[in-house]
Amino acid sequence: MTVLEQPGSPRHTSGPAVPPPAWRPRVDPAPLLPDTEPYRLLGTDAARRLDPGLLKRLYTELVRGRRYNTQATALTRQGRLAVYPSSTGQEACQVAAALALQEQDWLFPSYRDTLAAVARGLDPVQALTLLRGDWHTGYDPHEHRIAPLCTPLATQLPHAVGLAHAARLKGDDVVALAMVGDGGTSEGDFHEALNFAAVWQAPVVFLVQNNGFAISVPLDKQTAAPSLAHKAVGYGMPGRLVDGNDAPAVHEVLTEAVRRAREGGGPTLVEAVTYRLDAHTNADDATRYRTEAEVETWRAHDPIALMERELTGRGLLTDAFATATRDGAEQLAAALRDRMHTDPPLDPMALFDHVFIRQTGQLRDQAAQLRAELDAEAEADGTTAATPAPAQEARP
Amino acid sequence: MTTTAQPTARKPATMAQALTRALRDAMAEDPTVHVMGEDVGTLGGVFRVTDGLAAEFGADRCSDTPLAEAGILGTAVGMAMYGLRPVVEMQFDAFAYPAFEQLASHVARMRNRTRGAVPMPLTIRIPYGGGIGGVEHHSDSSEAYYLATPGLQVVTPATVEDAYGLLRAAIASDDPVVFLEPKRLYWSRADWSPDAPAPVAPIGRAEVRRPGSSATLLTYGPSLPVCLEAAEAARAEGWDLEVVDLRSLVPFDDDTVCASVRRTGRAVVVHEANGFGGPGGEIAARVTERCFHHLEAPVLRVTGFDIPYPPPMLERHHLPGVDRILDTVARLQWESRWTEGRGA
Repeated sequence: MTVLEQPGSPRHTSGPAVPPPAWRPRVDPAPLLPDTEPYRLLGTDAARRLDPGLLKRLYTELVRGRRYNTQATALTRQGRLAVYPSSTGQEACQVAAALALQEQDWLFPSYRDTLAAVARGLDPVQALTLLRGDWHTGYDPHEHRIAPLCTPLATQLPHAVGLAHAARLKGDDVVALAMVGDGGTSEGDFHEALNFAAVWQAPVVFLVQNNGFAISVPLDKQTAAPSLAHKAVGYGMPGRLVDGNDAPAVHEVLTEAVRRAREGGGPTLVEAVTYRLDAHTNADDATRYRTEAEVETWRAHDPIALMERELTGRGLLTDAFATATRDGAEQLAAALRDRMHTDPPLDPMALFDHVFIRQTGQLRDQAAQLRAELDAEAEADGTTAATPAPAQEARP
Repeated sequence: MTTTAQPTARKPATMAQALTRALRDAMAEDPTVHVMGEDVGTLGGVFRVTDGLAAEFGADRCSDTPLAEAGILGTAVGMAMYGLRPVVEMQFDAFAYPAFEQLASHVARMRNRTRGAVPMPLTIRIPYGGGIGGVEHHSDSSEAYYLATPGLQVVTPATVEDAYGLLRAAIASDDPVVFLEPKRLYWSRADWSPDAPAPVAPIGRAEVRRPGSSATLLTYGPSLPVCLEAAEAARAEGWDLEVVDLRSLVPFDDDTVCASVRRTGRAVVVHEANGFGGPGGEIAARVTERCFHHLEAPVLRVTGFDIPYPPPMLERHHLPGVDRILDTVARLQWESRWTEGRGA
């Protein structure tokens, strides 16, 4: 263990100096350390200075987001989505992530972050394509600068670092914000991404939504770190700890981190402490690993309720505003419901598209095989068909 | 570089030098080409393949990364998403395994999962194979993992010309290429014109390196010189062996391979990788499916044993050598009733 120097003290009092490069004067970790308690704005004096326009915008997005979550969950019960990992209870993180970014920035969502993508402007049906199951990525990532929803844990984080690094090399003003959960912080890719980002001083913001569980495994089985935000210090980047259900606080912390990255200050790790009110997915039974009492304490700390308290206190939650917000959310849900109740067009032959830019011989053979099977099916159904020859060599 | 050397001057060059020149020419031609990896900058790579690139193009274009293969490939994915053309160096075959998730879950399928919206113009250079006296974890032939992963092109040169030509083609490709460099051929030499490199066949094409009529040796990478040596030795046994250099395992050149086997009627696949689950099984199956009625004998394989790669003092027993190849050729049913009187 190295004994940390005290500010102002001589580096070495006796004996030979430890030479570089293995030793270099250490970076003072103090400015990198997160707060001891999650940063909050709502319910504090500081909330009074918050811009009413921002508060109303955040509230509108939260209500829309909650309605999107309940609608998507309902669609799983109706068989219209294969699975839905809900972000109910985490809407403040989702919305703030989207709003903290500028047009040219990039968002790197995980599978639970479709709401962040929708809040950034992505068509909800396109956002849900992966979870409906008619294709993997339902949108062109370049259109809204939203990377494909990432299912393997934390593997999207190095992508965000590489993209931000590339943009900086090109001289472009682009920040990447990458989202990951508490479980994902245990993955090797989390470590490697943060390390690369710090070494390269890449304009990246890492947002950890710590919702307490990795499916069923609670945080204390995931890490022994003082907090997830503390992990930042080991990489030489600041860690910020924020109440993930306090939308203005998350928005402020993320906006500040994005600004810092944009100005060349390097990456930031933000841990937003929140709670997944729903199960992991519709296929999960959360009663096996947590109590209803625990869920109730978090319902009392609901991001929408916290915002309503603030808005009411400041006289901003007028009947007209509340109604308009609700109506907007209902419109989103109704449109989503209508569009998801239509069967998506499926083309089995498209399976062979885009494996390579040019189809290989192997894939041509296999496409011909599938074509023949489809034709045979069609023939059995009474429609016409033509069957090509199989790839196997015929007896001469 | 503004060299005034005669464009046709041919002089001895090593495979490593041809690879370096390929990287250098690609970087000079296309500013989006970025080389990255462990020790590729100041040192020029442990095999010196990236020698001089950082000096010529700067540390941003040829960058020493932290020692983390998943991070190297993962960040390269993001760089490719933003329009760069990264060329990643994995220091050794067995050190590439940490990057496998990025390779299998993202690199290989990004184009497909985004329906063509996000191509992955990435080249992953991996020195592979044994025969250099390397200690544990420095001699693996890991190609089977890569060719079993849809969406990856898997390419391996065996000649100096191909080292240059195939690497240029790999870097220019808009799809990812796992570029396997046979490390024991790094110092192999051939007369070569660095300022006017001979064009080579594209990725996906096999080449007949030695024409013959008795049987076909199907091989690639480090085993090509061994097969050519075996073919010379086979003349004493009265066998005229054809040697096909596959060059590209994905895409696989069924046409060239099958044309050869149909002509000779016999085939042996030779590679260093373990036999069970190795490329030879796939190749033998493809040949059998397509050439069954032309075959005079089952397709046989000469491969490394199904053991973890042996320590250097024992590796010669593991690697396919001339004798094992000839012993296998001898088992191609030359005397069987089936072929009697057919003039084979």
